[in-house]
Parts: sequence; structure tokens; C-alpha cells
Amino acid sequence: MKRNSQELEGAHRKLSRRALLLGGLQLGFAGALAARMRYLQVDQADQFRLLAEENRINIRLLAPARGEIFDRNGLSLAQNSPSYRIILVPEDAGDVEQVIAKLSQLITLPPEDIERARTEISRNRPFLPITLADQLNWEDISKVAVNAPALPGITPEVGLTRLYPQKDDFAHVVGYVGPVSDYDLSKLEAPDPILRIPRFQIGKVGFEAKREDKLRGTAGAKRIEVNAGGRVMRELDRREGEPGADMQLTVDADLQNYTQARLGTESAAVVVVDCDTGDLRAIASAPSFDPNLFVRGISVADYSLLTEDPYRPLANKTVQGTYPPGSTFKMVTVMAALEEGLIGPGETVWCPGHLEVSGRRFHCWKRAGHGHVDLNTSLKQSCDVYYYDLAIKVGIDKISAMANRLGLGIRHDLPMSAVASGLAPNREWKSRVRGQDWLVGDTVNASIGQGFILASPLQLAVMTARLATGRSIAPRLIKSIDGVEQPSGAGESLDLNENNLRMVRRGMYSVSNDRRGTGYRSRIIAEGMRMGGKSGTSQVRNITAAERAAGVISNKDLPWERRDHALYVCFAPFDKPKYAISVIVEHGGGGSKAAAPIARDVMLQALYDGTPPLEAYPKGDRSRIKAQQERLERERIKRAQNQDSDRA
Amino acid sequence: MSYLEYHAKSTPRGLRKILYLNWPLTLLLASVAGVGFLMLYSVAGGSFSPWAEPQFKRFLLGMSVMLVVAMVPIWFWRNISILAYLISVVLLLAVEFFGTVGMGAQRWIDLGFMRLQPSELMKITSVMLLAAYYDWLPPERSSRPLWVLLPVLMILFPTFLVLRQPDLGTSILLMAAGGGVMFLAGVHWAYFAAVIAAAVGVVTAVFQSRGSDWQLLKDYQYRRIDTFLDPSQDPLGAGYHITQSKIALGSGGWSGRGYMQGTQSRLNFLPEKHTDFIFTTLAEEFGFIGGITLLSLYILIIVFCVATALAARDRFSSLVTLGVAITFFLFFAVNMSMVMGLAPVVGVPLPLVSYGGSAMLVLLAAFGLVQSANIHRPR
Repeated sequence: MKRNSQELEGAHRKLSRRALLLGGLQLGFAGALAARMRYLQVDQADQFRLLAEENRINIRLLAPARGEIFDRNGLSLAQNSPSYRIILVPEDAGDVEQVIAKLSQLITLPPEDIERARTEISRNRPFLPITLADQLNWEDISKVAVNAPALPGITPEVGLTRLYPQKDDFAHVVGYVGPVSDYDLSKLEAPDPILRIPRFQIGKVGFEAKREDKLRGTAGAKRIEVNAGGRVMRELDRREGEPGADMQLTVDADLQNYTQARLGTESAAVVVVDCDTGDLRAIASAPSFDPNLFVRGISVADYSLLTEDPYRPLANKTVQGTYPPGSTFKMVTVMAALEEGLIGPGETVWCPGHLEVSGRRFHCWKRAGHGHVDLNTSLKQSCDVYYYDLAIKVGIDKISAMANRLGLGIRHDLPMSAVASGLAPNREWKSRVRGQDWLVGDTVNASIGQGFILASPLQLAVMTARLATGRSIAPRLIKSIDGVEQPSGAGESLDLNENNLRMVRRGMYSVSNDRRGTGYRSRIIAEGMRMGGKSGTSQVRNITAAERAAGVISNKDLPWERRDHALYVCFAPFDKPKYAISVIVEHGGGGSKAAAPIARDVMLQALYDGTPPLEAYPKGDRSRIKAQQERLERERIKRAQNQDSDRA
Repeated sequence: MSYLEYHAKSTPRGLRKILYLNWPLTLLLASVAGVGFLMLYSVAGGSFSPWAEPQFKRFLLGMSVMLVVAMVPIWFWRNISILAYLISVVLLLAVEFFGTVGMGAQRWIDLGFMRLQPSELMKITSVMLLAAYYDWLPPERSSRPLWVLLPVLMILFPTFLVLRQPDLGTSILLMAAGGGVMFLAGVHWAYFAAVIAAAVGVVTAVFQSRGSDWQLLKDYQYRRIDTFLDPSQDPLGAGYHITQSKIALGSGGWSGRGYMQGTQSRLNFLPEKHTDFIFTTLAEEFGFIGGITLLSLYILIIVFCVATALAARDRFSSLVTLGVAITFFLFFAVNMSMVMGLAPVVGVPLPLVSYGGSAMLVLLAAFGLVQSANIHRPR
């Protein structure tokens, strides 16, 4: 095709024109790109840089070391011990099943753990570590470490777990920790993020739970660089957490151990209060349990064993359990009357064995009656009619107020679970709670610690300490936090007439030291160590008139749960009280028989700060006591050996 | 005998041709490729493997191809344009039947030593055919409907094949580059106005058809458009690419984090960091300055191409050079718009920088055409 050059020139000019036009458009677009680049990289750079940091940096919390708990002498009650676990990174393992199979040949892996691990593996990304086995001992972890080359993707790891070296003996004092549950989280409004750390342990029960705030410490953190998949590339920096506060308790581990051992398999509780400071030297509840079981996660079988036991090992009877205090309440009634000036010196009451009150007959425990009874005899022989008479004169409101002053019916603030406030009822209480008028018969019942009245062993010990000192002793469980001594529970004077207190104490002295006293058989004969005490036997059933006519069935013929509670409260040395003790043996029968010997033994153990000499005991008891001491010593050595082997 | 052939004797011959290479253009191409090696080295975490080294080898191969193409007289290329175009179409059809499935789309033919993407080849051969067509067509006929329809079919047929793969990015490039050549060849502007009006209509239809039985695009393409319009909708899902890309880019700031210091690409927050999104790594590590520098290099390449085209004395040389320039421009303009959140993520590589063999080879071969046009210009 032939073209003339003019035409071609025209076409060429058109092409050049359009090429320049297009070029200009391209340049314009490039300018727009540059403007956009400037907008993103210069104008908005700060914002994007922030977003980039957020992308890149992840903060992982580091669990702080939990505060440790010691007894008053520095013996460990709760500590953090290394616990070994096996971590598996599926990605590094290659054939996960093969690695697990090899591992099970080395150590025993529970099938449920393997199953759980498999689900985790299938759910997580392959580079995220999962825990294959937990709470391993040193031997197992060594086997794994030695065979590490044959186990790709497996790493032994060490963490901290709670250990209670005193086991059963302090279960009720210290409580235990456990993994954070959804329920725990749901209770908190703004849960500490630390609680989301896998396998983080918090106090569940007892002291561990009540002082969680101080024991937990604050979380540390490490900043790590992660990639888009969440894989950790490197650690940027790390700030260690603040460990929790170390706590020293007022409890004397030796005394506590002795007390628990002395209680043995009884369902019983003992509280030993220091009369100078209010320190709880021992606070034992039997039977007990091993708190270490709960740290690892208790098995269903073990747990049902504990919950189905009629002796209720999980209950902390010292502070949770409330019982009719029985005759141990008589000091309250008499103090109320004395302070009201209702008992003249040498004044007596005639006890014919019962008292007729508004048409109802109230019996004395001694059917034949005590005859003429004065204050001292009334305590010594625990005459009931004397107190019926007194209580009617004083009135329930005065008695209730005195009970409160002496520490009953009020809640003592202790860092333990479910501290009960007991009940020291008055007219107002009955009309408010029961919607009924207070009856004279209620007062009569209350006068001897029956009826509505309820008290915990802790309250009874406090009551005894307050009677012994005349001061408002408050129980104290924490001696020091991180070395800082906590305020003493010595308390102010109760403003009770010293003469009246002396009369009551003399009565208690007679209980323990007078040949006719109810506690005479469990007396201390070492001079300067003699005690004042009071026994109590509280009914857990009503004795009907028909029953009484047929002859009251003696305790040992009754089924266990219907027998009377045995109580004993005491303080010693009489002249300069050092310790006040309360003992309750659930359904133990008579207080003087079942509770008083325990109180005496624990008292001597406390006073001598160790095994007391046999000379402190009445002559007739010594051979029996010697046998008992030897038996307890053998048990103690056996347990100490067990503890050592556990720790190894 | 055409004007070009008439003056053939006045073009350089033999090794003298090397002197007439457009050296500034060659250097520009080499420096852009150099930026590519630098970035591929960086995104691999400071390693020549797996990307920088193969890319460098391909670049050397590509440069050789460019030189060979440049040495061959431009009229030879014009004469075989139709053949090259037909081969490309056959290869595209082959992909349709024997293509290797990769990244959810059939785009490659495995030649053993490399994977060939015929759609890349198509970008150049369609430009060549159009240029040859308008070289042959008397200018006064270029706006007649029948003579307009023919090149439109030349463009639409391969576009249709590429769209079937499916490769939206390349389809758009093919159409835009073809349209550009037609515009330069002097087709009446009314056609373009009509096409733009039609395009608006099609876009409307595309959106209207969504969810109906005759849905025009694949679901993932719709999602890409959605997230392009509002990336914050689904920052970890479909909007992830754009959001992460903008974060990396923006966090580079004025002068960047420094070479090999880019955290976003290094930590894999960036998708396709070595291919389509390599510009974000550059922008993160070298900041606004780095980004503008690369953009300027690209613009300079376009400028040299336009200069070559304006100096050319025949329509084929002019049109093919400008066609290559338009294709090249579309590559980087679409890619940059995409990573900066101005266009949907359509899968267009950054020319000469992104990792990828076919695109690099084909582009350098295309620049060989530009060089050939420059060398064989009558002087």
C-alpha cells in the first residue's frame, strides 16, 4: 500500500500529540500516587507506626512467686516447690503419635492426659506448645531429659507449684490453692489478667484464699515479638513480677502437730489462745485431709471419700463449727449476775434436782440434786438449777450482752474460711428472726448453754482467755507479713469487776483442782501450772418426759450422731494465765471424760513447749500417759520420715 | 516499500548497533532491577535464597534476551507480529487445557526449566500486533467501524481467555494497553467515550448481578472489591492484605526503618511480601524517600520510551514503544495503587522488582523492542 507522505506526516503529528497527552495523564497519575504515598507515610505515619507496634509486640504475663507461709518459729507451712512438666511442640515433633508412644514407654502417661493433649494438638496451631504431662517427679523428668534426642519436640520444663509440707496438720489453717476456675473468674468484676495465665493457682480455701491479695504478688511481663501467625520470634524485654508477701502465722507447728495427733481420728477441734497476745498457738480440727491433693486436682474418688465421711474432714470445726456450749457457758451467766450485783457473798440456791418454771420442769443433770449450792460449788459440780434460778433473775438480755463482751455471738475477724459468728440470742433476736416472744423457758435453757445458744471452739477459747485476763483478747492468726509484725490481740480491759472475775476463776480452779470438781481427773499437779477449767456436755437431742421416766439412755448406748458433744475450756497457769484452750469432741459424751484429758494434754504440751514431764500429771495417770506419749512420739517420727521421702 | 525500509541503509549495522542502544534506558532498567534484588534479599531475612539469586539469574537472562531482540531489526519484529500473537493465543489455549494449577488459577505452563505464564507474553504480543496492524492500516481508515472492530477483537479474544483463568489484573492490563495503542493510532475519541460509557454500564451490571444466577465475577473478587471499599470491615479476613499493607507502608514514615529493619514484612504480617506486595517492604524500610525514588525511576523509563517513540520515524516503532511504555506504566501504577489502598487487590506484580520469571523476561524482551526501535531508527 502506497501512502503519501503528507498523510503520514499528519498521522505522525496526531500520534505525537496523543502520546504527549497520554504521557501527561501518566505523569498526573504518578503525581497522585506520590501524593497518596505522602499521605500514608508522612501525614499518617505516627498512626501507622503505632498499629505496626501493636501488630508486632505481644505482652505475656509472668506468674509471680506466691508468698510463702511459715509458722511462728519459721517452719514452712506452704512453699513453692519446683514441679516438672513435659511440653510438646507438635510442629517440632513431626510424627506426634510416635513421639507420644515413645514417651509412654519411658514414663506412665495417664490415658486421659494423652486424650486431652490430642484434642489440644488438633485445635491449636502446630507451633504452640502444649503440656503433655504435669507434676512429674525428678526421676521421670531425668528419664525424659536423657532420652531427649529420641524425642523431638519434647522439652522438660520447670514451674512452681504449691506444696504443703505439713500436710493434714495445717489443712484447715492454711487451706489450699488450685487452678483458676471459670467460677472463680465469674465472681470477679475485673479479674486480674494474671488469672488467665494457664495453670495459675489461686487460694481456694482457708488462709490461702482469705489473704490471696497479699500472697499472690503482682505479675511480671515480657514483651515478645511475634509474627502474623502468633509464633514467638524473640523476647524484647522482661520485667519480673513482685513476689507475694511471706506470711508468718502465730501457730506453733510443734503444738499443732501434737494437737492433731492427740485428736487422732476423733471428730474434734482444739483452739489454743495465747492469753498475752491473742495469738492462736494451735487451731486444730480433726479429722483432717491432705491439702496437696487439691493442688494437683483431687480425684473424684478421693473427693467423695472426704465429703461422705460423717466426721466431715473438710469442715474446719474450730471456726466454722458452732455447737451449744453447754456448761461452759455458765461462766457467762454467772458473770452477768455478778456484774448486776445479784449474788450476795455466801448466798446459796437450793437444788432439788429440778426447777419448775411456768409449768415446765427443768432438770439438773444430777437427778438427786445438789442441795445447797453456792457460786463455787455451782461451777465445780456444774449444778444446773443454780443457773436456772440466776438466769431468771438476770434476764436474757443481760446474759446475751455479757456473752458478746466475752467474745461469744460475735464474729472474730480471722483470715480463715467461713468464720462463724455463733449466736448469743436476746429478746430482740427471737422476735426478729423467729417472730416469737422470748419465753422464760428460753432463758432457762440459755443459762446452761443450751437452746438457741451456739458457739464455735474459737469463741469458747476467746471467752476463756477473756475471763482469765479480764481483757478483750482478740484472736490473731498472722504474726507478721513480710517481716512486719502485726498488731497484737492483747486488747483493752473489759471493765469487769476484778472481784467478780476472781470468783469465777476460783470456781474454775475448783473444777480442775477440787476433789469433787468435774475436771479433777484431768488436772495438772505441777505447781505453778495448775489450771482453771470448765467442762460442758451439750445435748444434741431433746430428752422427753417419757424418755426421762423410762430412764435416760446413757451416751454409749446411743448411735454416734445422737450422743452429746463433749466440751472443755481451761486456762493455765492459774496465777498468771498464759494459755486458754477450748476443746470440743463431737458426740464425745461427757465433757469431763472426753474433752478434759485432751485439754490438759495440749495445755501441758504448750506450757512446757514440748513433751511435758510425767511429774506434771497425777500419779495414777502417769503410766497411761507415758504409753500415750510414746505412741504419739512414734507416730510423729513416722510422719516426719514420710515427709522427707515426699520431698525427695 | 515503506518509509522505514527505504531508509534501512541509513540504520547502524553489526556491532555498531550496541553504540546506538538507549543506554540511559538500559541503566534505568538495571537500577530498578537492582532495587528488586535489594528488596528480595531483605524479605528473605538477609539471604540470597530463595528469591534474590534466582531473580538475578533471570535478570541476566532477560538482559541477554533484550540485547538479542534489540539487535534484530525492528521490521523483522513487525513482520512476525501476527505469528507471535498467534503463538501467544495458542499458549493461552494450552494453559486452558494443560495449565498447572497454582494459587487457585490456571496460569502456567511448565516448560521444565521455568514456568511460563502465557498471559505475560500476551501483553507484549498483543501490543505488537496492534502496532503492526496500524502500521499497515492507512491512517484515514483507522476510525472506520469495521477497522475498529478488528483490533477490538484482537484485544478481547485473549482478554477473554485470561479472564477465564481467572486473572482479573492481567485482563485489565491487556484491555487498557490495547486501548492505549488504539488511541495513539488515532482512532476517533468518540469510540473511547462510548467504551467508557459502556464500562460504567458494565460495572453497574457487575454489582447488580451479585448474588443472582448470572453473577459475573467470582465471589472472592466481589469480596476483594468490598474490602477495597472498606478494608476495616474484615481486617483479619479479606481486608487483611490491604490493612497490613497500609500499616507497613505508613509505619515506614519519611525515611523508613532502615534496610532490613522492616518489622511488618519480616514478621510475615505482609502477605505475598516477595511478589505483589514487595513495594510495601521497600516503603517500610526506605520510607517515603525510597518510594518516591522508585516511582521516579519508573517515570524516567516512561519518559525515555516516549522520547524514543517521538523520535521514531515509522508508526510501528512509535506504537510498539508507546505500547510497551503503557503496559509498563499500567504494571506499576496498578500495583502501587493496590498496595496503597487505591485499587482492589488484583494481582499485578511490581515490574522488574517483584519476584517472578515470566514477567521479568517478557518485560525485558519488550524493552528489547524499544531498544530495537531506537537502534534501527534511520539517522
